[in-house]
Amino acid sequence: MINFNEVAETHQMISEEKLDVRTITLGISLLDCVDSNLEKLNEKIYHKITTVAKDLVETGRKIEREFGIPIVNKRISITPISLVAGSACKCPEDYVSIAETLDRAANAVGVNFIGGYSALVSKQMTKSEEELIRSIPMALAKTERVCSSINVGSTRTGINMDAVRLCGEIVKLTAEATAERDSLGCAKLVVFCNAPDDNPFMAGAFLGVTEGDAVINVGVSGPGVVKKAIESCRGKGFEELCETIKKTAFKVTRVGQLVAGEASKRLGIPFGIVDLSLAPTPDVGDSVAEILEEIGLERVGAPGTTAALAMLNDQVKKGGVMASSYVGGLSGAFIPVSEDQGMIDAVNAGALTMEKLEAMTCVCSVGLDMIAIPGKTSPATISGIIADEMAIGMVNQKTTAVRLIPVIGKDVGEVAEFGGLLGYAPIMPVNEFDCSTFISRKGRIPAPIHSFKN
Amino acid sequence: MKKCIITVVGKDSVGIIAKVCTYLSETNINILDISQTIVDGYFNMMAVVDAEKSTKELDIVSVELQDLGLTIGVDIHCQREEIFLRMHRL
Repeated sequence: MINFNEVAETHQMISEEKLDVRTITLGISLLDCVDSNLEKLNEKIYHKITTVAKDLVETGRKIEREFGIPIVNKRISITPISLVAGSACKCPEDYVSIAETLDRAANAVGVNFIGGYSALVSKQMTKSEEELIRSIPMALAKTERVCSSINVGSTRTGINMDAVRLCGEIVKLTAEATAERDSLGCAKLVVFCNAPDDNPFMAGAFLGVTEGDAVINVGVSGPGVVKKAIESCRGKGFEELCETIKKTAFKVTRVGQLVAGEASKRLGIPFGIVDLSLAPTPDVGDSVAEILEEIGLERVGAPGTTAALAMLNDQVKKGGVMASSYVGGLSGAFIPVSEDQGMIDAVNAGALTMEKLEAMTCVCSVGLDMIAIPGKTSPATISGIIADEMAIGMVNQKTTAVRLIPVIGKDVGEVAEFGGLLGYAPIMPVNEFDCSTFISRKGRIPAPIHSFKN
Repeated sequence: MKKCIITVVGKDSVGIIAKVCTYLSETNINILDISQTIVDGYFNMMAVVDAEKSTKELDIVSVELQDLGLTIGVDIHCQREEIFLRMHRL
């Protein structure tokens, strides 16, 4: 029998500690839309998305109300467009027309983002993949809801440095194309190493080639709940602290599993994975940085931050894994700057630097995320930062990503405003010593020795 | 059986239970268990109901009960039982 305390605890977690299901992401394969005629291809893509996803938003709302758990976003991920559009698109403009189709389809079914305007080029780039990448600045400037990602490396293949060099230029061009909105376009563009096939989180979401025709993936989140829980552990040892984080992560993930199961049943689409992440929002009380500070740091960025984050990440996974039948995605703690009030405060206080963030990415779930840098930063420097982060992912056999926003016309000390879930970010200084000679080398960094496991 | 948990929390006044129960009876939702306490003038009620034969969809019931709560000055939540079972039980 359910008792009142359990009901009250759940209510408190939802209303005060901001427990939510961050996103239901419907993955849709577009492989069966392939056509060499651009017009037909656009038509098929629009038709498939609006057919498969027509009930997604309404079903999400129903579950939300029946179970009393907020589901913040309903989104769509699709097969990387580079795989679908190669034979129809002859130039970047052709690709942009597909981005516009995706935008219209997303608008029609009522989702706020659609991810998968992507290319997977971890070893080499085909001509058409390169054209898709070159079309990204225009595509992101012309659309509202389309998100883009590029996988430029993996532990098995090494790092495609030609793609890294190109990405530096593309990030800069995207920033310029959306300069009047504080370079917002870059917030919708992620560069990955070891990208997972089943990531429900934007902007890096896409439906990998290993996935089926349609799949429901769910991302749960509850930094506020974890912070509240560990407030009871002040002055206690690590054993108790870790136990508390584990138990909380378990409860949070169970909610995700429940929602995922319901959504899958009602939409008649198989359930894929629950991504058990701590993903912050700009709201006070919904911050990963605050958890780290509650563990015992004056500010995020202080010595000890990396260790505290490593511990937190591990406990979240340990607690969550048993709560769901399939765990996947990027599971772990996200440490975006602009979307996390505690991180923003730490940057403003001078506690958190780019270099410390890079160190933290070795133990977090993604990487350098939503970091605003001066608009004058050169493409080569951006490529250098990307290359460093990709190397961390490659060598450590983990997913890493970079989402940098060179805010055109702004410099250190100013603030970039993105609005909504994306929040705002103080512009962080970047090491200005030049790396262009390194970045201009052609070819690829070979895979590390421990990739040879056959 | 489609069990839901209804909680009502807020400042005590005359007729809270009556209004909630009237709504439930009009919607053909059966009350299985009900408990209620008043602490320092604050009203606390939890009811387990069976909504199998409800005349309205559950998401509508949940919204309408919330609205009813607003008119009588209390917080009403109606949620499917599974969310509590899954979260707190193995």
